[in-house]
Amino acid sequence: MTASQETVFLQGHIIDSLILAKVLDTILMMGGTFDLQDVKIGATRDASSQARIVVRAPSGRLLAEILRAIQPHGAAIEREADCRFEPAPAPGVFPEQFYATTHLPTQIRLDGEWVEVEGMEMDLGICVDPAKARARTVPMGTVAAGDLIVTGREGIRVTPLARPAERDVFGFMESLVSSERPHRPVIADIAQRLQKLREWHRQGRAGAKVLFAGGPAIVHAGGREALAWLIESGYIQVLFCGNALAAHDMEAALYGTSLGYGLTAGRSVPHGHEHHLRTINRIRALGSIEQAVRSGVITGGIVAACVRQDVKLVMAGTIRDDGPLPGVLTDSMEAQQAMRAEIQGVGLALLVASTLHAIATGNLLPASVPTVCVDVNPAVPTKLADRGSFQAVGLVMDAASFLTELARELGWRP
Amino acid sequence: MSRLLVCPPDYFQIDYEINPWMRRENGVNPTRAVRQWQALMTVLQQDVGVGLERMQPVQGLPDLVFTANAGVVVGRRALVSRFRYPERQREEAYFARWFRDRGYEVLTLDPSRYFEGAGDLLGFPDTWFGGYRQRSDIRAFPKLSEIFQREIIPLELIDSRFYHLDTCFCPLSGGDLLYLPSAFDAYGRAAIAERVTEDRRLAVPEEEALRFACNAVCVGKQVVIPAGCPFTTKLLEDRGYRTHPVQLDEFMKSGGAAKCLTLALD
Repeated sequence: MTASQETVFLQGHIIDSLILAKVLDTILMMGGTFDLQDVKIGATRDASSQARIVVRAPSGRLLAEILRAIQPHGAAIEREADCRFEPAPAPGVFPEQFYATTHLPTQIRLDGEWVEVEGMEMDLGICVDPAKARARTVPMGTVAAGDLIVTGREGIRVTPLARPAERDVFGFMESLVSSERPHRPVIADIAQRLQKLREWHRQGRAGAKVLFAGGPAIVHAGGREALAWLIESGYIQVLFCGNALAAHDMEAALYGTSLGYGLTAGRSVPHGHEHHLRTINRIRALGSIEQAVRSGVITGGIVAACVRQDVKLVMAGTIRDDGPLPGVLTDSMEAQQAMRAEIQGVGLALLVASTLHAIATGNLLPASVPTVCVDVNPAVPTKLADRGSFQAVGLVMDAASFLTELARELGWRP
Repeated sequence: MSRLLVCPPDYFQIDYEINPWMRRENGVNPTRAVRQWQALMTVLQQDVGVGLERMQPVQGLPDLVFTANAGVVVGRRALVSRFRYPERQREEAYFARWFRDRGYEVLTLDPSRYFEGAGDLLGFPDTWFGGYRQRSDIRAFPKLSEIFQREIIPLELIDSRFYHLDTCFCPLSGGDLLYLPSAFDAYGRAAIAERVTEDRRLAVPEEEALRFACNAVCVGKQVVIPAGCPFTTKLLEDRGYRTHPVQLDEFMKSGGAAKCLTLALD
């Protein structure tokens, strides 16, 4: 939730007179919070002091009430300028001084009013429509010549996330990556969230979708059944993956192998290395994954569960892909847009066993979406955090163990 | 010799209501008002020994008599008030002209910063106190502090009956303070206690504060105080002050007494 905020300025003999204390107490007593910035204490008795205070409140109405209460004590609202914007000089090119977004809730000031920027995501520009008093993020590649793009830093307000009310692992709102950390309580918290979100999703509440982004290691490592169960049970609404996860999942369905290895026998089977190619070819012949599932060719596994549960599957291709499977988006900008479209309404993101998809998804997520990154390699959650997705909770563990424990926590009994 | 600016009450009456004391039906008795004002002048000149500068009263400006609200004078500089209510804003030009005609350097504040002169700015040689919320705007004080190079501790006036600082707060020579603690909140009382030690704080009972016990004029050890405040009078006498009670009830109908009727010029 974006808190409303306003910056006020207080000056004079505000320390000894306890005016500053009175203003701060008033803010707190009325249910607001504050950040004290740039406090300058007068060097001598004659010299006055000054303080810049960022006042925050859970609603715009309460903020207005607080401001009304503190203004008589000299707290003057800082005059803020409107944001500046310039037309994009050419298609796919921002103006030179464009403002680059963070993934935090952001507002811009248009004609004296603060306007919420829609579709927050890091590393984009902000396109404004002054006539409609609206603003939305826009990727560099999709900007049209003449689109009005916010420039400079004036009239732009980025709000830090309010600490969530839930006192679970996501309450810390910071990346905690450690292989030493006990997994169980984290997994229990995730399970609890999944249960709550499934309930909300069934009630039709907004922001209740669960996004899962994963890599093929889920299949190799033995997490396929658990993930398929989670999908079948309605815990996941969106799946992001590449060609490989879907190919190996269906290879397992058709041949019982993953990249040629017998999933139960644990060793390579004769001509097993061809299985994934034969699988891809089969699906290509059928026209679509959906057709393969609906016609009974693929009867179980992750993608079959997605088709049955109407889970939105976005497959983004890479340069090493075989085939690829029908439905894989080979234009990476197109894939990015498809992923972006599905991020709307996501309330929890699970990024499991894929560096590429974890980082790509992390880059698209607003900071307000609780995120878990699971990988055996601690470098993956660390890298995600380094790239700005500070809200992601890192869990260093094997994908299969994670999915199995999570599914068990939710009642899976294989 | 100290000099005070005063204005005869020729046109003093209740023409409007801008504080809880003023009620139009509670009209002024002009004869009594003039007599009381004359008596105050006599005490000030003869008993206290101050010099008086009389302003020309103006018809239609009944409150011009309350010269404490003309502004603040330090040396040859006079900062003229900016009244909150339009009824009194018309006085500003007359006060400004008076100062200018007598060679003062006349200063003004940003017109959006209400400031009602010595009625809301009182103090000791080093520290001044500024009353705000009822009439003056707290944001006037940082500017005043800069102009006069004084520390100004703002005090919120929380009781509308004590709408100017000089109705509930009276610094005395020698560092004593006559005041009504309940006119301030806990922050204000703590700020006062920080600057004036307990033995120097003389708390006035509310019933006497309502008879304007704090609206006194102190020159040296002489204190001119409205009549009918025996507790305060005794408090002052015990501290070695010589008190001069004066009947000023006609002016209290407008919310003022001895202090409001004078402005210290030096």
